[in-house]
Amino acid sequence: MSETILEIQDVETYYGKIHALRGISFSVQAGEIVTLLGANGAGKSTTLRTISGLNRAARGSITFMGQDITRMPPHDIVAMGLIHVPEGRRVFKGMTIKENLELGSFTLNDDTERRRRMDHVFEMFPVLYERRQRDAALLSGGEQQMLAMGRALMADTKVLLLDEPSMGLAPTMVQSIMKIIKRLNAEGVTILLVEQNAKAALKFANYGYVLETGSIVVKGEAEQLRKDESIVKAYLGE
Amino acid sequence: MSSLDIFFQQLANGLILGSFYALVALGYTMVYGIIKLLNFAHGDLYMCGAFVGFLFLSLVSGLLGESWTGILCSMVLSMLTIGLLGVLIQRVAYRPMLSAPRLSILITALAVSMVLSNGVMALTDGDYEAFNTDLGFEGLEMGNVFITYTQIVLVVSAALLMLTLFFFINRTMYGKAMRAIAIDQDACRLMGINVNRVIALTFFIGSALAGAAGVMAGVYYGSIHFFMGFVIGLKAFTAAVIGGIGSIRGAMLGGLALGLLEAFGTQIPFVGSEWKDVFSFGILILLLVFKPTGLLGKTEIERM
Ligand SMILES: Nc1ncnc2c1ncn2[C@@H]1O[C@H](COP(=O)(O)OP(=O)(O)OP(=O)(O)O)[C@@H](O)[C@H]1O
Ligand SMILES: [Mg+2]
Repeated sequence: MSETILEIQDVETYYGKIHALRGISFSVQAGEIVTLLGANGAGKSTTLRTISGLNRAARGSITFMGQDITRMPPHDIVAMGLIHVPEGRRVFKGMTIKENLELGSFTLNDDTERRRRMDHVFEMFPVLYERRQRDAALLSGGEQQMLAMGRALMADTKVLLLDEPSMGLAPTMVQSIMKIIKRLNAEGVTILLVEQNAKAALKFANYGYVLETGSIVVKGEAEQLRKDESIVKAYLGE
Repeated sequence: MSSLDIFFQQLANGLILGSFYALVALGYTMVYGIIKLLNFAHGDLYMCGAFVGFLFLSLVSGLLGESWTGILCSMVLSMLTIGLLGVLIQRVAYRPMLSAPRLSILITALAVSMVLSNGVMALTDGDYEAFNTDLGFEGLEMGNVFITYTQIVLVVSAALLMLTLFFFINRTMYGKAMRAIAIDQDACRLMGINVNRVIALTFFIGSALAGAAGVMAGVYYGSIHFFMGFVIGLKAFTAAVIGGIGSIRGAMLGGLALGLLEAFGTQIPFVGSEWKDVFSFGILILLLVFKPTGLLGKTEIERM
């Protein structure tokens, strides 16, 4: 029986007067891949940003590994192992790939361990190793996504929040990113994946939630959601 | 004096002046880089640094004398004090304003500048204070060129401070975090960086460098005054812009460039040294016309 590692309860989030999340609840079990789907503007990114503390929940609670993190500052949440790869990658352009990765392990105080983790990331993304001294701004979109994920893995990642990792990437690149996600999951990282590409995400997720204007409207085993034509048609725009 | 002698003499003068500008410009550029604020109070921190150093020197002179031991000791103390003052200003005046319109925080910076300079004016009755030291006037004589040991030590100390900063910025995790915050604050939060702490650290370092420059200026010129921060604040700002605001190397380069321009500007044929600012700022206008982002500034605005 798996345990709940991340639990979101009745969370509401505002941008000024805009009610972006209207009371959403869901949970993620340790070791799972859970996907959060929905059209543009549904509130997927806001959900991730609220979990990682970039946005404040106006109401509700977020529990990570049994601890209430609703009002915790983002840097303390990261230190606990909840890592968020934001929409648009947000690599540090103007800094080298190696520096980007080092910053991913900011909360770590051990250079030997830092090097060990970097070797692990380089093994997973050989492209990054080849370009380690180059400016991150010179990477292609797919390579930047790899860097963003590698940077996240430099932390002691227990749960990884991924916001549209395949956005703007060529199909082969999408496939290799998906493969990496599976591998990470096999290595024990729990994954909460936001995707526009619902079919691809549902193919390997365990569980899925569909958001619509700030509320969860559908949830279920990924397998079932994928087979249910009406759901795919109504919410996932296929 | 031969023109070669004049060249070397002005080179020495320009380096001294340039290191002061560079030290102050660094704080300007660091603060701008990290929170996009033109900290107009920065020149006043330099001035306060000179006064605090003066105060400490008169306190420790009985024990350590007024030579380098005493000066170094009061410089370190002044750096710590001014560093903390910078953090305090950031915490009290700027941090609550970070989400306010840009113009409001700029006005706050001007207000802080007024508070500091007028505060010191009130405390000192607006008088000049003699910054007495026992450093003497010995130096190196090479032909007609004369450089005092004091000048050499000042330039070397400024260079050491800048090297240390360079090492910090490029080699330590907090230094890298500082650069990263200038690029993307939210992304830094997601790295586990306590952004507020790094901003405070930036103010500490930038202000401490201004404090050091203030003490050095006191030692060099031999007198200090509540108004001394005003002009150097403007010039350091200029130096930061010449170098490309936000760029650490740019501030160092811009400071030295401005110092040298001014020194050589005093030697333009047929006109007096009172034209030096016209000369150096004329060059600045030209430079900005042809390279608006400064010597080392980013050539294009980053877009997603
Ligand atoms: N910074 C902001 N300020 C104001 N409103 C915002 C902001 N960010 C998002 N919103 C609004 O909040 C709602 C949810 O946005 P969110 O970015 O979470 O959607 P999303 O599901 O991630 O969309 P997409 O698929 O386009 O990334 C939208 O209505 C959006 O306009
Ligand atoms: Mg989004």
